Amino acid sequence: MEYFFQQLINGVTLGSIYGLIAIGYTMVYGIIGMINFAHGDIFMVGAFIALIFIVAFSITAAMPIALLVLALIGVLIVSMALTAAWGWTVERIAYRPLRGSFRLAPLITAIGASIALQNFVQISQGARNKPLQPLIPGGFSLSDGGADGSGFAVQLSYSQILIIVVTLALMIGFTLLINKTSLGRAQRACEQDRKMASLLGINVDRTISLTFVMGAALASVAGLMFLLYYGVIDFYIGFLAGVKAFTAAVLGGIGSLPGAMLGGLLIGLIETFWSGYFSVEYKDVAAFSILAIVLIFMPEGLLGKPEVEKV
Amino acid sequence: MSSWDINPVLTIEHLTMRFGGLVAVDDLSFNVGRGDITALIGPNGAGKTTVFNCLTGFYKPTEGRIVMNRLNGEHFLLERMPDFQISAHAKVARTFQNIRLFGGMTLLENLMVAQHNPLMVASGYTIGGIFGLTSFRKAEREAVERACYWLEKTGLVDRADAPAADLPYGDQRRLEIARAMCSGPELLCLDEPAAGLNPKESAELNALLQYIRKEHQTSILLIEHDMSVVMEISDHVVVLDYGEKISDGTAAAVKDDPKVIAAYLGVPDEEVDAVEEEVGI
Repeated sequence: MEYFFQQLINGVTLGSIYGLIAIGYTMVYGIIGMINFAHGDIFMVGAFIALIFIVAFSITAAMPIALLVLALIGVLIVSMALTAAWGWTVERIAYRPLRGSFRLAPLITAIGASIALQNFVQISQGARNKPLQPLIPGGFSLSDGGADGSGFAVQLSYSQILIIVVTLALMIGFTLLINKTSLGRAQRACEQDRKMASLLGINVDRTISLTFVMGAALASVAGLMFLLYYGVIDFYIGFLAGVKAFTAAVLGGIGSLPGAMLGGLLIGLIETFWSGYFSVEYKDVAAFSILAIVLIFMPEGLLGKPEVEKV
Repeated sequence: MSSWDINPVLTIEHLTMRFGGLVAVDDLSFNVGRGDITALIGPNGAGKTTVFNCLTGFYKPTEGRIVMNRLNGEHFLLERMPDFQISAHAKVARTFQNIRLFGGMTLLENLMVAQHNPLMVASGYTIGGIFGLTSFRKAEREAVERACYWLEKTGLVDRADAPAADLPYGDQRRLEIARAMCSGPELLCLDEPAAGLNPKESAELNALLQYIRKEHQTSILLIEHDMSVVMEISDHVVVLDYGEKISDGTAAAVKDDPKVIAAYLGVPDEEVDAVEEEVGI
């Protein structure tokens, strides 16, 4: 039972990171019907920007706790802003000029942008793994494994708490933003009928740019969380994380915001439980098999809206 | 000189729209009088909707110019403006022949989307809104009030929180007009607002349009096939056939124009008398 709880905690943590990235996929898909394959790499860039600032300001676990928290918040804000600028730039140079061309064209430039970002980071930062000393060591021990040490010790680390809390807060904030603000309404309007939205005075190009900016900002949060949790990044992390998050978005129903969060959580849990109980090597196979099975029975994903055609 | 030529809200000059070899609109000029209800009529394929599409930035006209004269004295050349600015700055709104509502959003949200620009400014581009800026709260409240006002005028206020796609057809038509009015237009362009409406709904529509014109200083330009609507409420009728203007005048004058009758009956001008005798008009 203790083992199960430990896997649950790990799975929710991983799922939170996937969920944050998946939101970027699902929002962009919702608004322009395109899979932004460079999104995983935006997440990677976010992680690198965070690492650069952490190293540059020599933020370590040895700092007083209040200062450390402040420093991390500072790093988060700066990396969100810079990553958002990256997201905006990618949209501006790789996708906007192709708006109105055939559907596959931006897909190809998305793959191009992804490769370009990877190679840029590889060349500018080097191809080796970049380690980071744990910034938030320690945690709660929920179960010490019994007096004789025969049981399983369940650990809930502070960094896991941080990840789950930050993700939860961002997702709530984000849902409110989409549902309650004028900007969110404009985004949903563009999602349904871009031409009509622009006839009502909405600057569609700007709304799309803002969607990319928001997605990139969330991905950069995920990047920082990934960095804090695993303590090691390289220029290639964006690929697998991106594919997983994309899977999560499809699993939850692409275009649906709660779907992306749910999908991320599920993919994270499946992966962790599979590697916990069966084999680590086949965790990706398990995740993708579940995707295939779900899509056979629910082609629109778990929370996606089925397309109803009026006859 | 007719009343609509004195202080027009919209001036269309030598508008030509070609699609390859097809001339959809050919050297069309007319004025839309301020405060008038102007009808643009003509047989199917005459180019009416093309004129609307040029007006609202869907198409860039091949030739000609379209001038919007706002109440505050500003002039806008619509053919040069990107479509979102036509609504935001030139204050021209339109509806569609095939209704284009945001089906997944509620009625209220549909009307709020139309007020996006003032709300964005009031909310400091969302950032101020998040921190609960009072000017934003006030603007949001006013926007909801305005939306409710139009929902009441169109008789839809009971269903404010229902998804727009669930409305019956006639209600969707009225909601589209309400949404257009929420953007605060000075010129409202309606593409076949009475299409598919029953006689009772059609009469309600007439009343609504006359109310809009009277109370809101909004001029109306409409495309319509339903002659009862056209004849009853229009101050000024422009008739198109094959992209060219064939008649322009008051409803009564246009009705008796042999060219118009010929166009609708599909015969050359000189045969109109013969046909009229035959059918006994």
